[in-house]
Amino acid sequence: MEAPPYAVFLFPSVSHALKAEKILKEQGIVHKLIPVPRHISSDCGVCLRVAVAQQGLVAEALQGLVTWERMVLL
Amino acid sequence: MEPDPGKNQTIYFDNAATSWPKPAGMIEAMNHYSGMIGGSPGRSGHRRSLDAGRIILETREVLAELFGIDDSLRIAFTKNATEALNIALLGILHSGDHVITSSMEHNSVMRPLRFLETQGVQISVVSCSGDGRLDPEDVRAAIRPQTRLLVVTHSSNVTGTIQPIAELGHIVRDHGFLFCVDAAQTAGALPIHVDEMAIDLLAFSGHKSLFGPQGTGGLYIREGIEKHLRPLMMGGTGSRSEFERQPDFMPDKYESGTPNTIGLAGLGAGVRFVLAEGVEAIRRKEEGLTERFLKGLASLKGITVYGPPDAASRTAAVSFNIAGVSPSEASLELDERFGILCRPGLHCAPAAHRTIGTFSRGTIRFGFGYFNNVEEISFALEAIRSLAVGA
Repeated sequence: MEAPPYAVFLFPSVSHALKAEKILKEQGIVHKLIPVPRHISSDCGVCLRVAVAQQGLVAEALQGLVTWERMVLL
Repeated sequence: MEPDPGKNQTIYFDNAATSWPKPAGMIEAMNHYSGMIGGSPGRSGHRRSLDAGRIILETREVLAELFGIDDSLRIAFTKNATEALNIALLGILHSGDHVITSSMEHNSVMRPLRFLETQGVQISVVSCSGDGRLDPEDVRAAIRPQTRLLVVTHSSNVTGTIQPIAELGHIVRDHGFLFCVDAAQTAGALPIHVDEMAIDLLAFSGHKSLFGPQGTGGLYIREGIEKHLRPLMMGGTGSRSEFERQPDFMPDKYESGTPNTIGLAGLGAGVRFVLAEGVEAIRRKEEGLTERFLKGLASLKGITVYGPPDAASRTAAVSFNIAGVSPSEASLELDERFGILCRPGLHCAPAAHRTIGTFSRGTIRFGFGYFNNVEEISFALEAIRSLAVGA
């Protein structure tokens, strides 16, 4: 079975997701804000999608600057 | 240049109420949001919603930079400093608690406190000197085992008197209770650093020295305090929509309902202007104008000036009276004959007027701003002289 290509970071609110987006933009880490997939959460917000290979780097970049709730492989 | 009131030319000296004019960028930012973005922030995933959210985040970030706040999400937006102070005071204080404040406070502090007094909160109003200064040792003497909070204005909206915030903050921190600062008059006009000043709750308005539009303001809440701070309003936040309980995290706990995105777009531009000019440069200019005005008033007969005699001890609001002329008559004359716009009366701060001995007559207040100039000060001094001579 192939490894899933993307991981998503879920945040408490859109404010948190946008702050994370700003941090990743500043660090040049490729990312995309997408609506939270229905099968992950019924929340109406957005989450941050990154390549699975980048998830460690993303977690490191956000650590201590913005809290996230979960990281889920798509 | 002398203004021609007949041509709607004016000298605007009411900056302590609302600053005017605003930087060009503020109006452009509001136009841009309204015309080009328009979406609801934090509510959907589409581009206009996200762009609206980015505008609000940017405004939070520049405010955090201005106030030395590590995490911009510690700022909750409100419609003004009054709402921010109400969230802080009504949310923190409960029956049996003791709160200390000063005798120079605005009604945005005094009215919530007088309400809380009817709910069993004990209040100590520490007397200030005749020029509005709060002695930190008097605050220390008022501390009790039940003291939960000290709330003081950074600078009086009546006399401009600047309080020793850092010194007060460290007294509070040493005793382990909370410190709330009303920065309505000082945010953007004086340097503020929440850590260096040991501030736990900072209430600010957006429409004065931050050059935002009316309807903007906010409350900084130090990490952890939100656990014990009840929100004033609850409702939709765009987050945790599946739950009927209010979110318990910043800033959503205190930001229910669709925010004032167009206003916050303008506020962000106003704060960027402040950061670009520099708070120190803004302060130098306003202090210079205030000093010139105070010196000019001192040379006139029949004028009483309130507050500290030196410009260094005050922000750019100056209260004074003209012998034989009531404040409301004087302000009407200043407007109609000279095009000078100011504010007479009690300035929503009866406690402060009692402290300086002007209750219930009130004062004439000139509130200078960064866009005023020395020619306007000279013209105003001549106008005041003619009113004093005519009285």
